[in-house]
Amino acid sequence: MTITTNDSQVAVPSDTVTVIIDGVAVAVPKGTLVIRAAELLGIEIPRFCDHPLLDPVAACRACLIEVEGMPKPQPACAQTVSDGMVIRTQQSSEMARLAQEGVMEFLLLNHPLDCPVCDKGGECPLQNQAMSVGRPESRFTEDKRTFPKPINVSAQILLDRERCVSCARCTRFAEQIAGDPMLELLERGAQQQVGTAEDQPFDSYFSGNTIQICPVGALTSAAYRFRSRPFDLVSVPTTCEHCASGCSLRTDYRREVVTRRLAWDSPEVNEEWNCDKGRFAFVYQTEGRIEYPLIRENGELRVASWPEAIDVAARGLAEASSHAVLVGGRSTVEDAYAYARFARAALRTDDIDFRARALSDEEHAFLASRVAGSPVSVSYEKLESAPIVLLVSFEPEDESPIVFLRLRKAARAGTRVVSVGAVRSKGSEKVAAEMVWCAPGDEATALASLPAEIVDALATSGAVIMVGERAALSAGALSAVAALADRTGAALAWVPRRAGERGALDAGAIAGLLPGGRPLSDPQARSEVSALWGVDSLPDPGVAGEALLARLGSVDAAVIGGVELSDYPQDVCAALEQVGFIVSLENHHSAVTELASVVLPVAVVTEKAGTFLDWEGRPRPFTRVLRDALTMPDAQVLGMIADAMDRPVGPRDVNALRAELGTLGPWRGARADAPRVPAGPRPDGLVLASWRHLLDSGVMQEGEPHLAATARPTVAMVSDATARRLGLTETATVHGPAGMVTLPVEIADVAESVVWVPMNSPGCHIYRDLGARPGDIVRVTAGGAL
Amino acid sequence: MAISETTRTGLREIADRYPSARSALLPMLHLVQSEENEITVDGINVCAEVLGITPAEVTAVASFYTMYKRRPVGKHHIGVCTNTLCGLLGGDAVWDALSAELGVGHNEPTADGEFFLERIECQAACTHAPVMTVDWEFMDDVTPRTACEVIERLRRGETVQSTRGPVIRDFDATEHTLAFPLDGLADAPSVDSKMLAGLTIAKQRGMKAP
Amino acid sequence: MITTGLTPVITEHWDAPDLYTLEGYRRFGGYEALASALKQDPDAIIGQVKDSGLRGRGGAGFPTGLKWSFVPQNDGKPHYLVVNADESEPGACKDIPIMMADPHVLVEGVIIASYAIRANHAFIYIRGEVPNAIRKVALAVEQAKAAGLIGKNILGSGFDLDVVVHSGAGAYICGEETALLDSLEGYRGQPRLKPPFPAVAGLYASPTVINNVETIANIPFIIGRGVEWFRQFGTEKSPGFKVWAVSGHVNNPGLFEAPLGITMRELLDYAGGVRGGGEVKFWLPGGSSVPMLTAEHLDLPLTYEAMAEAGTMLGTGTPMIFDSTVSVVKAVTRWLEFYKHESCGKCTPCREGTYWITGVLEKFEHGHGTDAEMDTLVNLCGQIAGRSFCALGDAAATPYPAALKFFRQEFTDATHTPVDDTFDPVASYVFAPAVAR
Repeated sequence: MTITTNDSQVAVPSDTVTVIIDGVAVAVPKGTLVIRAAELLGIEIPRFCDHPLLDPVAACRACLIEVEGMPKPQPACAQTVSDGMVIRTQQSSEMARLAQEGVMEFLLLNHPLDCPVCDKGGECPLQNQAMSVGRPESRFTEDKRTFPKPINVSAQILLDRERCVSCARCTRFAEQIAGDPMLELLERGAQQQVGTAEDQPFDSYFSGNTIQICPVGALTSAAYRFRSRPFDLVSVPTTCEHCASGCSLRTDYRREVVTRRLAWDSPEVNEEWNCDKGRFAFVYQTEGRIEYPLIRENGELRVASWPEAIDVAARGLAEASSHAVLVGGRSTVEDAYAYARFARAALRTDDIDFRARALSDEEHAFLASRVAGSPVSVSYEKLESAPIVLLVSFEPEDESPIVFLRLRKAARAGTRVVSVGAVRSKGSEKVAAEMVWCAPGDEATALASLPAEIVDALATSGAVIMVGERAALSAGALSAVAALADRTGAALAWVPRRAGERGALDAGAIAGLLPGGRPLSDPQARSEVSALWGVDSLPDPGVAGEALLARLGSVDAAVIGGVELSDYPQDVCAALEQVGFIVSLENHHSAVTELASVVLPVAVVTEKAGTFLDWEGRPRPFTRVLRDALTMPDAQVLGMIADAMDRPVGPRDVNALRAELGTLGPWRGARADAPRVPAGPRPDGLVLASWRHLLDSGVMQEGEPHLAATARPTVAMVSDATARRLGLTETATVHGPAGMVTLPVEIADVAESVVWVPMNSPGCHIYRDLGARPGDIVRVTAGGAL
Repeated sequence: MAISETTRTGLREIADRYPSARSALLPMLHLVQSEENEITVDGINVCAEVLGITPAEVTAVASFYTMYKRRPVGKHHIGVCTNTLCGLLGGDAVWDALSAELGVGHNEPTADGEFFLERIECQAACTHAPVMTVDWEFMDDVTPRTACEVIERLRRGETVQSTRGPVIRDFDATEHTLAFPLDGLADAPSVDSKMLAGLTIAKQRGMKAP
Repeated sequence: MITTGLTPVITEHWDAPDLYTLEGYRRFGGYEALASALKQDPDAIIGQVKDSGLRGRGGAGFPTGLKWSFVPQNDGKPHYLVVNADESEPGACKDIPIMMADPHVLVEGVIIASYAIRANHAFIYIRGEVPNAIRKVALAVEQAKAAGLIGKNILGSGFDLDVVVHSGAGAYICGEETALLDSLEGYRGQPRLKPPFPAVAGLYASPTVINNVETIANIPFIIGRGVEWFRQFGTEKSPGFKVWAVSGHVNNPGLFEAPLGITMRELLDYAGGVRGGGEVKFWLPGGSSVPMLTAEHLDLPLTYEAMAEAGTMLGTGTPMIFDSTVSVVKAVTRWLEFYKHESCGKCTPCREGTYWITGVLEKFEHGHGTDAEMDTLVNLCGQIAGRSFCALGDAAATPYPAALKFFRQEFTDATHTPVDDTFDPVASYVFAPAVAR
């Protein structure tokens, strides 16, 4: 339950009024709704259409209360308090009690007696409130109005129109919060029903929230249908592992299997929302798991015991004279810290990187200078009150959905959003973004020549610049972003896609950086860390990024965490094939395990405690969900290897690791300057633009077909002018250096001479299929068979 | 059947009448209905496109108002008011007669595509009860017999004059009028003796307002 | 005894065949009031309308001038005038005839009213089921535009006005002013939360005045002939005249213009009395949303205050007369079917309550009601009235309790006898049985 004031701009309520509810006086901020004021006193006035994060509609009439001086009962959800107001709820007013009973009787009129077969049973506000304010028997003996049921409003959401009480929470959420008015109330009167347009399912990235806020069993999850009763479930607060938004979730499990995930209440971060990926994509946690350690013998992987596997791993690593460590972006802070320490203390190498994606040295320098170990400079709350937010190479709706929701909330309240990019996406429209048109690769130039009026706006107090991880691909972009932030004083936020990236950066899991943003080259930093780790020395600065990937071709051994090789634009597979000894810490088979010498199964997020740092830099800790799981987190496995190598690396349990990181704390000393890479050459020709859809071919989304069916279609987007120039109509074929892809054409608001395709969706993986990266020149021809 | 370019242009023209384009949605849907003889999915999608809103939002509006039909209406829409006053004063008998004559019930089209029968609500013509409408034009003071005669004459393709309005055209034409009201038919006589009842007596008795 | 004379004002020239044209209208002094108004200060116009005591003719009877004065001036926001021409209340049939007979009086009133409240945009929302009214008003607006009475710098006054004639599409609820605004904005016609009130945040969240057709039709006469003149008609609290639309079982149904304060007995006399020399069984002073009255109330003055005192409302001032051939049970059931059909669905009590009540009443109509249900229905009406989101719920909860008060026996009879057995439907038809097929 989120208790909010109605004006989120007010930091400290200066005006309070006193109201008396059921004889008890309470002081509340001016503008508070009666229903909220009552909650502060622990008085629950019944409600269905009311929701603290949605504008009140006073439609259900369940919250009728008596206001002294008014002859008719008033809806508590729409009545703001005034000083001295005297309110009597159902607890002390006959008028209110009878009114509420009457409404409840009406609500149950056409509502089917579905409780025994309804998913909502046991956690149903209608059940609960019918028990508390309803009459024991109904006087209704007519025929109820019926509908064929259930029907799909999308592949993952089922609608039972008979159960619906027309509270309109779902339609209001879809329109106000998500900006996807694809779910609407249709028809009139007792036939009023929730529905979609014909053949246009409710494929919003946030559709799952409607299931959660539906106060009855009208909207239910297709994946969860008939699977469980809530009282069979154990609920644990967790943190989402899919992106860097940092949502709080509630994970429900039964008999050691996660059955569903809900958004959990976190007013500072995700309020009460999450996205569909976070909600539904957890099947990977159970399906396809590697159960036992594996050792490669005669070219084949065979099952081994833990002692044997650890032994082989330790010997192989100890025998190697050069090492590289690829952490991946999914690690918890604690595990990433374990990798960072393991690399420097056990392997004695600084050749480590957590970025399993397109990257650059410029980005490395930028992160070291501006991000690693820095305090929270931009928060969700700051976004909401920002006068202007500049987005650079960042597509919030796909790349960090809860940031998108907050930006939309801000935009609706007046925040100006400006996006430097090549596509005015649906997400951009929904935050009313003004475009600074820019082909990928051209960002540095665009930023240097921003209209003066925007630069001035960025100089106002509260202004924010948000830059995404794709800026790494554009020479000079991050340098320009840093320079712009310096010049204007705007607060700067770097938003990676993955949940573990910020944490890994702050834990020192990248060459040249120790935990807390400490430069490896700084003597003070070195001494602090060596002292803590109990080592005599730390290795010389190594390489990250492209240099590290290049070096893979010649190292003796590699330790690799949760990494999908296809996420790199480079052909890392070919490089890894040259590595003599590879230790893979993984939970699913992958291209890495195919090449690994030893595979050590590690825990997924439900099987361990840990922390993610969200894009703000805010820690989002979570506890272990499945207590009986036999898996171990990466930190523990690395610790075992280190012990076997006779180079112990300290504690392995989460609390101790946290404590160590806490002891070190963030670096407050001197840092390297921000990079000053000049703008790259202006691309000449048709430029490829791309980003990853929220729902795509990502491996952590596997096994959930209902979710996959709601993904956006794989299309090639071009502007109308570009399409006409190239003669594109129905389909187009995009030609890259390594191959081609044929896709349906969608005319959209795209910069001239740019073609956009999704990075990793069914039918299009730009690195694998085209061999091209965003910013590369491609050729597009009309037609081609799909 | 796809929405024609003429209709698309018409839709945009209607949208331009208002300070906020979305206000045009109701007359726009009438224009769609005048071309398609019903509200089609295509019509909904085109309106959504013109206004920059979602088809779901258009569907929500289209399904709220009774005049928008989800199935082809056919040539003539026949309405019989069966609200209390008209119904009890004889509208019920008119309904029964027409329903029997046409062989269809409420909100149903005849198989030959000529007529669509609907029980309609109060037509603001209570002084002229019972009231029937043909393509929403008034046919005041009907009886079961005269109502059936109207049907017969329409079937024979004869000219039928509305009692307070123009010559009957067809459903699509009326829908077009609702989108573009300057249809050149406003000269049709629309004041009858019942509307003049008080004035007639006043003149007879020399009553005037001060 | 008939003492109140008929006073044709709005209807005075309805027998002129060209009244609906600009030339015809002008011949009878049309648009002179506009010319005079434009020479005055807008606030002076508001003052005159206030002083006249004119009350809204759409049913609520709210003082018109007061409503206009609620619009904040000099607020930098656009103001809007919206005419509620959605006349859909069962029994109400005055606005549609006014628009068909004399659309220019509406147009002139719109221009004056817009000028007064400083609105540069006016919308006339006409229900879609009456294309003939729409085309008549559209033509009048077009003619006024051509003559420079609508457009830029009207009559050199510096006042600009654009008028849009808007077609509805069949929803009684759109007669509720905030639902009308939502409908006019291109949404489902569902009422809005108040506050904010339309005068402060109405159409497009801007200050808006919504007035009924007949209300606006009064304006040229008030401005043209003066407050004193207007105050001659009617009573202190209900000044003015009214287009009374008398329908039902009378010999001469039609429109009769007379001052407020006339009694139903007097109107009945003008309307030729109850047909066939019969008696009034029950009647409603306004549409179906006002509680019914009986023959004992025929001598009450038809004013807002007297009707309120009698436990009903003047409403639209369009009396319906029913004689003894009519089953009250059937009449009430048919009205509830109307409310159920027209319920917008937004709020629980009206959406579910009209569904329930109608189902029960239909049982009574067929002779299957029960005594317990008679009381339950009263209870249900009580659970709707004052608890629904808007007045449609209140209206739906009105017919049954009023009918029960006067005709309890009929409902008791309907617990065992179908109403058609007691009240032969053919007897209440206005045409002879022979013509009923």
